[in-house]
Amino acid sequence: MPISFPTTLDLGRFLPEILLTVFGTLFMVLDAVLQKRSKNLFGHLTLLALAAALGASLYAGSEPGPAFGGMLVVDGFATFFRVLVLGVGMLIVLSSYRFLARENAETGEYHALLLFSLAGQCLMASANDLIMVFIGLEISSIASYVLAGYLRDDKRANEAALKYFLLGSFATAFFLYGVAILYGSTGTVKLDQIHAVLTGPNAPFPVFVTLAAALMLVGLGFKVSAAPFQVWAPDVYQGAPTPVAAFLSAAPKAAAFAVFLRIFTTALEPIGTAWEPLAWGSALASMTIGNFAALLQSNIKRMLAYSSIAHAGYVLVALTARSDTGTSAAMFYLAAYALMNLGAFAVVTHLSGKGERYLTLDDFAGLAQKQPFTAAMLTIFLLSLIGVPLTGGFFGKFYIFKAALDSHLVWLAVLGLLNSAVAAYYYLRVLVMMYMHDPSQAVQEAEPLSHGLQLALVLPALGTLFLGIFPNWVLEFAGHSAALMK
Amino acid sequence: MPTSYTEMYFPVLVQAILAMALAAGLLTVSRLLGKRVRNRVKDLPYESGIVPTGDARQRFSVKFYLVAMLFIVFDIEAIFLYPWAVVYRDLRMVGFVEMLVFVILILSGFFYIWKKGALDWAAGAVDRKENRAP
Amino acid sequence: MQLWLIPLLPFAGFLVNGLAGRRFPKGAVNAVAIGSVLLSFAWVLKTLFTINLDAINQEHYFTWIQSGALTVGCDMAVDRLTAVMLLVVTGIGSLIHIYSIGYMAHEGGYYRFFSFLNLFMFFMLVLVLASNYLVMFVGWEGVGLCSYLLIGFYFDKKFATNAGNKAFIVNRIGDFGFSLAMFYMVRNFGSLDFGTVFKAAPGASEAVLTTIGLLLMLGACGKSAQLPLYVWLPDAMAGPTPVSALIHAATMVTAGVYMTARSWVIYTHAPLALNTIAIIGVATAFFAATIGLAQTDIKKVFAYSTVSQLGYMFLGVGSGAFSAGIFHLMTHAFFKALLFLGSGSVIHALAGEQDMRNMGGLRHKIPWTFWTMMCAAVAISGVPPTSGFFSKDSILVAANHHAPWMYWLGVVTAGMTAFYVFRAMFLTFFGEYRGHAHPHESPPLMTIPLAMLALLSLGGGYIAVPAFLGRFFPTVEAPEDFTLVAISVAFGLGGIALAYLMYIARPGMADSLAGGLKGLYSLVYNKYFVDEIYDAAVVKPVVGGSRVVLWKGMDVGFIDGMVNGVGALARRTGAVLRLLQSGNIRSYATWVLFGSVVVIVALELGGGAR
Repeated sequence: MPISFPTTLDLGRFLPEILLTVFGTLFMVLDAVLQKRSKNLFGHLTLLALAAALGASLYAGSEPGPAFGGMLVVDGFATFFRVLVLGVGMLIVLSSYRFLARENAETGEYHALLLFSLAGQCLMASANDLIMVFIGLEISSIASYVLAGYLRDDKRANEAALKYFLLGSFATAFFLYGVAILYGSTGTVKLDQIHAVLTGPNAPFPVFVTLAAALMLVGLGFKVSAAPFQVWAPDVYQGAPTPVAAFLSAAPKAAAFAVFLRIFTTALEPIGTAWEPLAWGSALASMTIGNFAALLQSNIKRMLAYSSIAHAGYVLVALTARSDTGTSAAMFYLAAYALMNLGAFAVVTHLSGKGERYLTLDDFAGLAQKQPFTAAMLTIFLLSLIGVPLTGGFFGKFYIFKAALDSHLVWLAVLGLLNSAVAAYYYLRVLVMMYMHDPSQAVQEAEPLSHGLQLALVLPALGTLFLGIFPNWVLEFAGHSAALMK
Repeated sequence: MPTSYTEMYFPVLVQAILAMALAAGLLTVSRLLGKRVRNRVKDLPYESGIVPTGDARQRFSVKFYLVAMLFIVFDIEAIFLYPWAVVYRDLRMVGFVEMLVFVILILSGFFYIWKKGALDWAAGAVDRKENRAP
Repeated sequence: MQLWLIPLLPFAGFLVNGLAGRRFPKGAVNAVAIGSVLLSFAWVLKTLFTINLDAINQEHYFTWIQSGALTVGCDMAVDRLTAVMLLVVTGIGSLIHIYSIGYMAHEGGYYRFFSFLNLFMFFMLVLVLASNYLVMFVGWEGVGLCSYLLIGFYFDKKFATNAGNKAFIVNRIGDFGFSLAMFYMVRNFGSLDFGTVFKAAPGASEAVLTTIGLLLMLGACGKSAQLPLYVWLPDAMAGPTPVSALIHAATMVTAGVYMTARSWVIYTHAPLALNTIAIIGVATAFFAATIGLAQTDIKKVFAYSTVSQLGYMFLGVGSGAFSAGIFHLMTHAFFKALLFLGSGSVIHALAGEQDMRNMGGLRHKIPWTFWTMMCAAVAISGVPPTSGFFSKDSILVAANHHAPWMYWLGVVTAGMTAFYVFRAMFLTFFGEYRGHAHPHESPPLMTIPLAMLALLSLGGGYIAVPAFLGRFFPTVEAPEDFTLVAISVAFGLGGIALAYLMYIARPGMADSLAGGLKGLYSLVYNKYFVDEIYDAAVVKPVVGGSRVVLWKGMDVGFIDGMVNGVGALARRTGAVLRLLQSGNIRSYATWVLFGSVVVIVALELGGGAR
């Protein structure tokens, strides 16, 4: 095949990733060159870059189709996740201003790494080819590893980064091995062609296909922190700087789920009956381990880490349903989860103080007395995490369990619902702390909310309420794109 | 002609079992038959006949690792240029532009580590603050 | 048509004032609050002039809820009924907003007041524009919320917050009926859309329609303060007076009437439910009017009067004369808003005094207020040719056609109404001043809205609402009977004359009468002890029961015990799980490895090696 220049259509569909990479590289160079600069310069520039990438994603999404010979595909699904991760990026930047100033660590690298990581995630969202998936996964992961250890004078951050890196590369190797085996048995890395081969007359030996599926499940299960590959998450989230932990729990997870959903509901759908019991078990184990372990945590970041494992379990329930409604429920849930979780983490960022001293549940005591607005925002997020009606979390769970019931996964739905009842306990504990106790040292010392943090709280809160009151707008789009993906 | 996958891969299975059996067998046999002598001189690290001095586990400056890592990164990236150069004529203008983008990216990385002082062996002593990355 | 603009403009005003109003000067708060409502009014006018009201003017914005077969959209529509309501809500709303600038000038929480008022306008317009029951319910609950917030506006006063709670809780009982009615509709018609429900209603069984009708009526009774749920409205006067005028006289409390009129298709096929409405209406009208006879707080008089007049509207709707009910709703909005705003002006002039026994002789001191209120008093008494005359008589004629005893009870009520309103007027404005304040006339910002409402009260009867709505509702074949009209007018004039006799001509007569009928007077003065009865029969048992049975027994004993048991189990499980988390990276890697082995083996056994 003669090599030719990429068409404008190709480039247009790849524009978000191009923009993110160019801006990221530019920031690194600028950081090295600029001696005197305003402290918030890179934050503002990053917001600009993300807005541009967001615009490019929407532009690309307005004209869906494949790019670069089918290696990428920009469909509704890809656009949904691109917009989701870029939105997450913006909220992270907003909640990082104060944090970086407090830790005296306002550099271009932080933002450049964020952009690189997001570029990887955008690539994952639109990849239609296992090699592209892998490249996106690595771009996203490597930048995340560094971000986890961003505060390099902090022991906990160092430990977190090293653990994340070692275990992450371990898991990535599994994924790559799975890709190799799948390529070996089907002769292609393109997802649609794999699907065609698996359903065609010359279907390969199932041992290898299932082996490949198992290995990819391990790699992706690690990335989304699903049981039994969840062990890294609590340590890493606890050690990483809070905005980074927020980022890790939202963007890479959403992108990994995007890949998960795309691979397992398109290419590997023909062997769906084989992996369904496994997803079933993993979903149940994630929910149970996450929720029960979270009950006893006294560190808020660790608690949110376990809760993030549990929420990965809920999304896996939707995956187990193996239906379009399941996929759209998962998409909806990931959007709702990203919003409420980022909001909760933003409050933690706000309250933790210099050097992240205040991270226990007791530090939230009496927040409602001193800063009623912050407490009210956190209340919205916690209620949404519990799944109380009128919040996005409620409809997320509702649609997931509805999809599970539609696919006759009655037991999984019942056990999941029981799990979410357990979960209410540890979220409510924070509420009780905030509203029914006298102000703690942390609350006494808390500064007023900065403008960035205000936005980082209000926007997710509005989003959470919006998803809870008008769920159909997002769900319709998700359902539409889930149906088109096949 | 083998007809099923099982038949097709049967020789592989036989080969694998044979290899493992051979290795296990040899080890067992040598353990059973071999003679073991242990003394201080025999337990010393092998240093090509020279008498060892001190502990082998020493701490190196982190700068060595840094240089090693940077070398590997740029080395691997530079390796890409060889296959490209071989088929350069077939790739025509597209190949040139693509490689241009690639080289620009490498150079901006290089520029970054250079300005950050990662290549400066004594940078830490001169200006610690400037060099303080995150 | 862009109907969404109508409610959204006040909502924008709410957002701006609510979020940033604290930092605004008063002028900016005024501009935002009043501007948004005036713009909304203008948009209503523009819409009504440009569209054909007899066509279906429905706008679908988005699908709100989709679950199985049930689809609920966020839809709005305009028809003749909505048109009347829109004009009343935005028109009177604008006047009351303007009036509030003057009235609230010296109050704290200025921006908060206006943002709540705008929020109320938003919800009220949503309620009116809704084209399905659920969107209507959103507005319904929203106005209830705003009512609660505004009744408790002076939240540092205990009685105000109590009154707010009371309004909220009593309304819940009604909302319960409304919700059940909606569930019933979904079950029987599979939809909440007005068009769909009303198309299917004639084919449904009468039992179903009666059930739905009675449940909806329960909702309407709560919101429109009818027997037995009227108790919250008199207490609601704890809020600022413009709130009483706008929410608790002109607009929100009429939502129940609007809702029953909107559901006329259901009611015409459920005569039992319709008759119940008429009975409740006439009973409330009479009952509340008797209480109004003996009240001494000027706002309380008008509050009971409002309950009574709402009873009239129910009577009209219940007699099948839907257009008469809505007509009275409109004229009542004019004169009752005026009475409230006028009494607000009096209270403003007397620096907060509300007891009529400490007023008197104010007609020379605050002439604008006096003359405008006089217009309203004449109108509410049904003196021809004021607005009240036309609307009240069309109701009474329909009531006579429906059941003559209702007519007679209505006529007696009309007489009492005229009596207590003029009693209030005479006590306030005639005789000698009995208080100690220094009355002063209100600023033009307050008197101009009064004057405009006075014009409407006098001439509003010539707005041909019955004819306008005649093409929307089924018409009642009630013969025009001059005798009936004459009797009711006579009763009204009689009431005025009696009030004149007792409070102007022979000032001692009222007290001696009260002394002579001591038992009856004290019964009426204490509002038939209804609040005390409710307290003893409902509130005390519920509070006591929930304390002893639910809290101590059920909650602490059973539920807490159970929860603590489950919690302890869960915590023990968590403690075991925590052991997995050693922090050691090699053990983590082992876990990953172990997990992968499990995954691979499971997959191969499950599907691969077949």
